Amino acid sequence: MLVYLIRRIGQSLLVIAVMAFLVFLAVYAVGDPVAILANPEANQAELDAIAARLGLDRPIWEQFGIFVWNALQGDLGTSFVYSESALKVIIERLPATMELAFVALLLSILIGVPLGVIAGLKPDSLVGRSIMSTSILGFSLPNFWIGLMLILLFAVELRWLPASGRGETVEVLGVHLSMFTWNGLSHLLLPAITLALYKSSLVIRIAQAGTREVMLQDYVRFARAKGLSSRRIVFVHVLKNMLIPVVTVLGLELGSMIAFAVVTETVFSYPGMGKLLIDSINRLDRPIVVAYLMLTVFIFVIINLVVDLLYAAIDPRVRLSEAKG
Amino acid sequence: MTAPVLDVRDLKVTFSTREGLVTAVDGVSFSVDAGEVMGLVGESGSGKSVTGLAVLGLIDPPGRIAAGSITVKGRELVGLPEKALQKVRGKDVAMIFQDPMTTLNPVLRIDTQMIEAIRAHEAVSEKAARERARDALAKVGIPSPDERLSAYPNQFSGGMRQRVAIATALLNRPAVLVADEPTTALDVTIQAQILAEVQKLCAETGTALVWITHDLSVIAGLADKVAVMYAGRVVEEGMVADVLERPIHPYTAGLIGSVPSRNKRGRPLAQIPGMTPQLSKLPPGCPFAPRCFNATEPCHGIRPERTPYPGGRAARCHNPLNVPAADAARELAP
Ligand SMILES: Nc1ncnc2c1ncn2[C@@H]1O[C@H](COP(=O)(O)OP(=O)(O)OP(=O)(O)O)[C@@H](O)[C@H]1O
Ligand code: SF4
Ligand SMILES: [Mg+2]
Repeated sequence: MLVYLIRRIGQSLLVIAVMAFLVFLAVYAVGDPVAILANPEANQAELDAIAARLGLDRPIWEQFGIFVWNALQGDLGTSFVYSESALKVIIERLPATMELAFVALLLSILIGVPLGVIAGLKPDSLVGRSIMSTSILGFSLPNFWIGLMLILLFAVELRWLPASGRGETVEVLGVHLSMFTWNGLSHLLLPAITLALYKSSLVIRIAQAGTREVMLQDYVRFARAKGLSSRRIVFVHVLKNMLIPVVTVLGLELGSMIAFAVVTETVFSYPGMGKLLIDSINRLDRPIVVAYLMLTVFIFVIINLVVDLLYAAIDPRVRLSEAKG
Repeated sequence: MTAPVLDVRDLKVTFSTREGLVTAVDGVSFSVDAGEVMGLVGESGSGKSVTGLAVLGLIDPPGRIAAGSITVKGRELVGLPEKALQKVRGKDVAMIFQDPMTTLNPVLRIDTQMIEAIRAHEAVSEKAARERARDALAKVGIPSPDERLSAYPNQFSGGMRQRVAIATALLNRPAVLVADEPTTALDVTIQAQILAEVQKLCAETGTALVWITHDLSVIAGLADKVAVMYAGRVVEEGMVADVLERPIHPYTAGLIGSVPSRNKRGRPLAQIPGMTPQLSKLPPGCPFAPRCFNATEPCHGIRPERTPYPGGRAARCHNPLNVPAADAARELAP
């Protein structure tokens, strides 16, 4: 297990290094921030001064060297717009996004796994078929459209939930979280449902396919031959095997959930990282974009690592073969 | 005479498939006494597994038991609701399967899988159940059973996994054990060991054993009696020694001819020519007729009925090969 862990961490570091290089190169090629930041009537000398202040007059490899050196010390540059550490600006918004993604993830598990298992146990029944056809809907409707419809229905028509913004927060372990206050939760609910709808459809389909497959396995037949109750077979024998693909996919999807949040946050004017990214791209605030991308890569890598470890925890075959290898 | 522990009468199992209704088991009857071993033999697709699963009430849609009766210790199982069947499975009738690599749940520890089998039927403490599981593992020859209990299936070899499955199936001292080719996937030497162990364990507890196989040579040393299946029917039945020595049905004779044995070494294995018939396209007469060396005109038109012969034997054939003499049978009879 330890060897496995060390090897996986090594791979993760390599991924981060490669991504740092690509992100820096890609962003460097976009636009000229000096032109945006400077007064339109500024002369060449003034422009040069701004470029020098931002370090943009040096050759690209030198800028990259400085970037890496600073990054290693946790400094991903200073925002042109906020004149603050880019990382700090993003991290201030990180809890909002993470909270949104987390609640959405929770919702998609709570909705997706039970429905998927029911549909998998009785694939030919009316209930099973209805679940599967509804899940297709969840797949095909665009994210922003669902968001707008939910706003129309619950915020405009029924006036049950607020349409935009983030609610009251409380500080938990130094982080501002809104999901523990009523007001915060009511603000969180609509964007979280929007984000979760697609994922629950995905979870339903994976859980249904997994359940169907597992039910046909010899070990389920042997479990039945032992005289176990249907409940024990489903909750112990089937669920644990079926969860392996669900965990894998959901883990990877948590990353894309954070990325998807860009659209959802914009629709709901939810002050998270995604909205910040869109704003920063419009203003060519290069350090924020770079820091955002680096942070996202970092989060992706961490999630993958955690998924692999979780996977090893559920499935003894992974654990044991990796320990040997 | 005591009543048999397992009595199957006129069992008929059908599957509704895209090609129509398929009768996988058609009018199968047999009975097994306590401590007795019956071999159920036949080529692939002859309906052996379906028969075995039916005894456990494990025929799932699109299949169903269309007719017949299955009694265990005098209790009718056909038509019992699922809840009642769950109480019978693993308690009165147990089953082990062909592929030891897939028969145990890969994500659950051995102790979990054994203890649940006990606690499904008896209100005993976790600790007591665990001790019983450990003793059962020791009995089937698993070294250091205490440690092995907390291992996962993939830490065992195929042979060891099948031993675990056998130990699990016998935990509740079932009256009947259905063994569906449990050694086919294993090495020859391990096959023999496992065979001997199951035989010994069943004899100890008086468990009636139904051993399914397509290999008559396995039956020869193991079983008391044998039922030979072809296309969903029992075509010949009797005591093992009688059937192997003087088969009545040409199909049985063909199967014996295809058993590799010492005195025929070097010669190619006799194969029954032709293919097993498709159940949805059975000929109107004897299903074996297209492959039979002994077939005559009536074989193609009239389906042979079950005909009893002396010595507790029976066969379905218009042209029986060896008709046992009545007096010879009387000598054999106890
Ligand atoms: N789920 C099913 N759906 C449709 N037909 C089935 C199903 N299960 C079994 N059958 C039919 O029953 C027949 C007998 O199958 P069975 O598994 O009992 O054969 P077998 O004698 O055990 O053969 P083998 O030696 O290959 O295990 C098959 O040929 C098939 O036509
Ligand atoms: S009935 Fe005819 S075809 Fe069928 S086994 Fe007997 S001899 Fe062969
Ligand atoms: Mg079979």
